[in-house]
Amino acid sequence: MSLTTDGVVPESAAASTATPVIAVRGITKHFGSVQALRGVDLDVHQGEVVGLIGDNGAGKSTLVNILSGALQPNAGTILLDGKPVTLSSSLEARNLGIETVYQDLSLAPDLTVWENVFLGREQTVKGPLRLFGWLDRRAMILGAKADLDRTHVRIGSVKALAGRLSGGQRQAIAVGRAVAWGSRVLLMDEPTAALGVEQQETVGQLVRSVSSQGVPVLLITHNLPQVHKLADRVAVLFHGHVVADLRCSEVTVDDMVSWITGAALGAQPHAG
Amino acid sequence: MPLRLPSALTPPGTVTEGSGPEAEDTERSALLNAVDRFGDFWVLGVFVIMVLVFGLLSPSHDLFTRASWLNISQYAVEFLLLAVGQTFVIITGGIDLSDGAVLGFTGMVSGVVMQDLLSAHANSMLTTVVGFATAIFLGAGIGFVNGFLITRLRLPPFIVTLGSLTAIGAGATPLINGGNEVVNIPSQIGTIGETLIANWVYVPVLVAGVSCVVMGLVLHRTRFGLRTYAIGSNSVGARRAGISVDNHLVWVYTISGLLAGVAGMMVMANFTDASPLSGQNDELNAIAAVVIGGASLFGGRGHMLGTVVGTFIIALLVTGLVLVGVSGSWQEVATGVIVIAAVAGDQVRLRLAER
Repeated sequence: MSLTTDGVVPESAAASTATPVIAVRGITKHFGSVQALRGVDLDVHQGEVVGLIGDNGAGKSTLVNILSGALQPNAGTILLDGKPVTLSSSLEARNLGIETVYQDLSLAPDLTVWENVFLGREQTVKGPLRLFGWLDRRAMILGAKADLDRTHVRIGSVKALAGRLSGGQRQAIAVGRAVAWGSRVLLMDEPTAALGVEQQETVGQLVRSVSSQGVPVLLITHNLPQVHKLADRVAVLFHGHVVADLRCSEVTVDDMVSWITGAALGAQPHAG
Repeated sequence: MPLRLPSALTPPGTVTEGSGPEAEDTERSALLNAVDRFGDFWVLGVFVIMVLVFGLLSPSHDLFTRASWLNISQYAVEFLLLAVGQTFVIITGGIDLSDGAVLGFTGMVSGVVMQDLLSAHANSMLTTVVGFATAIFLGAGIGFVNGFLITRLRLPPFIVTLGSLTAIGAGATPLINGGNEVVNIPSQIGTIGETLIANWVYVPVLVAGVSCVVMGLVLHRTRFGLRTYAIGSNSVGARRAGISVDNHLVWVYTISGLLAGVAGMMVMANFTDASPLSGQNDELNAIAAVVIGGASLFGGRGHMLGTVVGTFIIALLVTGLVLVGVSGSWQEVATGVIVIAAVAGDQVRLRLAER
């Protein structure tokens, strides 16, 4: 179910005719003789949560690395708001609004929360001290508070060291700073891999709050029960193809498993 | 970065408030905070205890005299300048073993340049300026090469700077001027070394002090400083955040080399000659000062005020042990013990953080 900005709940057919925020068309990638992706098509629409699932080696990581700019595809196009884009570095992807929350979260544990939120895009003071890169600490502390308040996760003080926080809180910082930069689409790589049950719940809240702000989320995960609960759709990668595009409301976790393992392919050779 | 600052080492008024994660403060993080604070306090505590012990043990309390302060501060200048650059390097997770050798080399090259200018009857003031420029640019240049090799060839900082230490300190420096001291330098250099400001501060001490303040502000208040910590704390994350890590590291090693060049001139000012023996083993004292000051050799942690206290602890060891009549060799033993204690403390902190 995708919610457009004016609050209309479109039918699935309507959603697929609107221009997707991000779309990949015929992406292929090989490493030497190993064919990781064999022509992947995928659409993610405004406000949608899409799960990307598949077994180890199905090509999930490769696709994420291509979308975050870390790898370049051998063929195929990436469309952002319908326009083809080239993502030659992770910085370029970020500048275009494709933010990635990495599995390791990419936080500096020795820096404070606010320093992590603004890292790489620090605000400097106005006036002559600007020439020396003098930091506007007050503005960034207030800005980080505001950004993290939107994630609805209690961080405590933004002046705390990131390395001293719990897994869920760190996830919130990583998501909060990704969304704060006006991102068009959020990629989350295995967001719950290292978390306890309660913290997985926190991540669930984060995902929902991001998508309710209109930013679509592509969730790459092994955690099928969670993706079933959180996502509107799941795309199943199998041997470098998207073999199924399932609505979570219409399938069970067991159905997902049979697609991931390829069992469903035998039963329904023309599906996907 | 108020949380990183030990309140005891912070100038009054900079720490305005509080203490870490509030509501979620578990027992574990309370313990960690206590360890953090203890780790920051103990440096200053050790320093105060040392001052008291040496002061009370020294005959007629010689340590508490102006002469003894002048002596210690003058001695500390070269270590302080090297340690300032080393602080940046160690916070990035690197190490600069070459800075003592750079100190000696830049001093000798600058000395020979000035000697030649003087024998060509150049103006003495101009010669002094050229001498300073030579040492500073040469130092920065060597630092740049270190940084370039480390980042572009992906070599470990330990290996690159160990190579520089050997090539420059053991190889190049003794070749200059036939391995002899250069004594024919402008009188202005010596004047710098013996001029006292307000009767308490030698000019080289002032130079080192200003370097500490300026570089401390760069480290703790500017984007450059923040990125220095970020690279040491998580270099992959820093790169993903759009920081050009390699260029930053080249700058950091260049700064370290530049300050070693300044130190070369200050040592020359203190001794009124350029000696090929200057700076030998200084890098170890500089690294010790930074580590004693609370920096982690794993990167991401460190503080300029800690470095200053660490430097004075070492300077105090030397003069204090002499004052109380203990052989100078025991100073080396004591430095070694303190460094191991400091690194052990850092390890305990890391292990607690990982639990």
